[in-house]
Parts: sequence; C-alpha cells; structure tokens
Amino acid sequence: MQGEFVGLLLLLALALVIAGGFLLLHRLLSPRREFAEKLLPFECGELQIVSPHQRFSVKFYLVAMLFVLFDLEAVFFYPWGALFRELGGYGLAVMAVFTVPLVVGLVYEWRKGALEW
Amino acid sequence: MTEVVLKLLFIVLVVAGGMLPLITWIERKQSAVMQDRIGANRADLMGVTLLGLLHPAADVLKLFSKEDVVPEGANRLLHLLAPVIAFVPALLVLAVIPYGGAYRFGDTTLSLVVADVDWGMLFVFAAGSIATYGAVIAGWASNSNWGLLGSMRASAQMISYEVTMGLSLVGMFMVAGSLRLPEIAAFQDQSFRLLGFLLHMGFVEGETLPFHLDLLRLPMWGIFLQPLGFLLFLTCIMAENKRPPFDAPEGESELIAGYHMEYSGMRFGLFYTAEFLEVPVIGAIVATLFLGGWAIPFLSQETIIAFVAGGFGEGFATGLCLVLHVLCFLTKVAILIWLQMALRWTLPRFRYDQVMDLCWKMILPLSILNVFVTGAGILLVEGVIS
Repeated sequence: MQGEFVGLLLLLALALVIAGGFLLLHRLLSPRREFAEKLLPFECGELQIVSPHQRFSVKFYLVAMLFVLFDLEAVFFYPWGALFRELGGYGLAVMAVFTVPLVVGLVYEWRKGALEW
Repeated sequence: MTEVVLKLLFIVLVVAGGMLPLITWIERKQSAVMQDRIGANRADLMGVTLLGLLHPAADVLKLFSKEDVVPEGANRLLHLLAPVIAFVPALLVLAVIPYGGAYRFGDTTLSLVVADVDWGMLFVFAAGSIATYGAVIAGWASNSNWGLLGSMRASAQMISYEVTMGLSLVGMFMVAGSLRLPEIAAFQDQSFRLLGFLLHMGFVEGETLPFHLDLLRLPMWGIFLQPLGFLLFLTCIMAENKRPPFDAPEGESELIAGYHMEYSGMRFGLFYTAEFLEVPVIGAIVATLFLGGWAIPFLSQETIIAFVAGGFGEGFATGLCLVLHVLCFLTKVAILIWLQMALRWTLPRFRYDQVMDLCWKMILPLSILNVFVTGAGILLVEGVIS
C-alpha cells in the first residue's frame, strides 16, 4: 500500500514543481512596464463603480446547500454500489428506503422553486 | 520505487508532454476543418511549418514573454495560487488511471497504474472538487466584477455537476463491484452472450447455446451495460471541465473571459493547460469506466496469452499483451478526445439556467433512477447473460 502513496506524492510534487517552475520562469522572462491605468481592473473602459468584494445573490448559497445535502447522500451510494452483489435484494430494499427522503426532498425543492434560475 | 518512477514518467510524458501540445493543435485544425478554414499554419522555423505543428511551441514562448499583470486591489497571494490550484488536480488524477492491465513476468507482477488504490474513483472525484477552488479563488482574488461573476457561475455549476457525476456512476460501481479503476477495467475484459436468455427461458435444449448463437456477443463494457450511465457521466464530466457547450463561467460574449479575465502570461497559461489537460484525462477516465480501458474487444488477456504462448513462449506473449493493451487504451482515449472536440465545435453554449436545469431536473432524477434500474437488473437478469 505504501508504494501507492509514494506514486501519488511524487506526482503531486511533480505537478507543483511544473506549476511553480512555469510561474517562476515567466517571472524571469516577462517584461515589466507597469503604469496606473494598466493595473486597473478591466470594466469595459469605465472606472470600477461597484467593488466586487461585497455580498451577492443568495441564489448561490442555496445551490451550495443543496450540494452539501446531495453529495453527502451520494457518498453513501459508492460503498453500497461496490458491495451490491453481496447485499443482494435486501441491500436494494434498504437503499430504496434510504432514497425516499432524498427524492421527497428533491420534489419539495423543485415545487418550492429552489431549482429555478 | 524505480518502477513507480518509470510508470509516472511514462504517463506524464505521454499525456502531459505528448498529448497536450497535440491536442491544442488538433483543436485548432479540427475547428478549422469543421468551419471550412485552413487553420493555424503560420508559425514557421526557417521556412518549415509542419502543417502548423509548431504552433504549440510558439504558444508557450508567447505566454512566457507576456507581461505578468496583477490588477490593483487584487489579493496577490491568492491571485498567484489560483492557477496552481486549478492545474495540479488535473495532473494528479492521472495517477489512479490504469493504462494497462496486470502482467506476470516469472515471479513479478507488473501492474500498469501508478497508484493501485481501492478508492481510485473517490480520488478522481476528490481531485475534481479541488479544481473548483481554483476557479472560485481566481475570480474573487482578481478584484474584478466580471471575474467574480464568472467564478460564482463556475462554483455553482461545478458543485452541481459533481453531485450528479458521482450518482451517475453508482450503476457502474454496482455492475463492476468495485471503486478500484484497475479492477473495473479488468472486469470489462470479457464478453457476454446476447442470446443467453433463450437458454434460461427454455427455448433452447441442453446446457449450452448452439455455437452459432453463442457467437453473438458484446464486450462486457460499461457503455453496453450502463448506456444511460455513460451518457449522464459524459455530460457531467464535460460540464465539470467548463469547456463549451458548458462554458457559461467564461462565456466570452457575456463575461469577457469570466474568472480568468485578469490573468495574463503563464498564469493564464496554467488555466489553459489545466483545461486542455482535462480533455485527455476525461478521455482516459471515460475509456476506463465505460469503454473497457485497456481491454481489446473479444480478445481477453488469457485468450491472447494462450494463443501466442504456444509458439513464442509465455514471456513474449505477456509482453505482446502489454504493448497491445497500452495501444488499445491510447486509441480509445484518442477517440474520446475527438468526440469531445467534435461536441465542442458543434453545440452552441447553453444558457446558464439551462445548464443548471439540465443538472438538477434531468440528470439528477435520471441517475437516481439508473441506480435502481441497475439494481433490479443485476438481481433479475445477471445469470441470464453471463
């Protein structure tokens, strides 16, 4: 098992070295001619009126909450799926019971309009 | 240790070093062919253009020589980190994908995967969700309203499709009985009879099917056992990569360039590399899960070895198997890369609400349905087809 982690860590190190090396090389090779206008954030030729660092639509939080709910439930499906043959019909029945609240929740969100954009 | 390093070098050189520059070239040439243009052919080195094959090298040189602009008011540290966070997971996923089976040479067994782990597919999901941070941080850190809008869209889109990406694969886990990618690939290295039901329902006398009916077979590939799962998963993983038609986060006609609009030079280059690197990585994941990975249709590993070993010896037969399997895997990846490019240049961009509707209202219910249909299918008809 240790050998597997060695491979993963080596690849992680390699990826970091490639990314870091590219950025460093770019730093060394690129020209630097900065002036105030160039450094302004791009806003189609206007000055920035509204700062991006403020609160924004709650819509995105809703998606994130739905994600947490459904992804947690999805994680239960993986080991169950891998062991499905051993669990057989009993496993399928149990999973059906487990899925009912999930589907009810989905229908509720759907009807409440949480999925509308 | 040396074995791991060699395998690692192989995948990094073949995929990141070989396929990646080729893909940027193919993307330009294929789009040109599809739109009746000539395409990139101007980069020349002392008069040699090689059909535009020098363009990837020219691109890299260009990216290196661009000025590194960090906008005023940006968070400099996060602005620098975001492209790295986007790039690293794309490469990391390569570690768990098998590009060949397991081969016995004498006493040693050579397994052609860098990290042969039980949680292989979980690792793919986990690495994929890290990439979300890259896009989100990039937009937030660059102090630009367009960037922020792009990163908000990227976050909502990527986490939504992550849920369905996992759920649409559960059916395949049930069929293969594992989350380990080498095991899933090895499972598909066999074939099943299409007419096995005749035997079980009593239409054919005896214990086995007549020879000519037994010949009617399909490889035991995910795409045949899980056709719906294949379509759903391919859609989800392409949406996860944010390439057209799912490129609402960077839609250039509405958000200029979305989350990476304040990036220039190699910092942009890393986002670009990550996106292009994902194309062969997606190809490899889909090929492993649904197209049999390294498996050659109708010619299982035992068949080849049994056939060749008699004349040339076991070692040669195993070696031949290894080479054929790696070539077969690369062919499948190439076909899937072509498919992604063709889709990218055929379909127009989805509107953002359509992207989200597709995920939550179509793919999510369908993938939950797929789980239970698969379960019932395994319990009812498994004995019939094998």
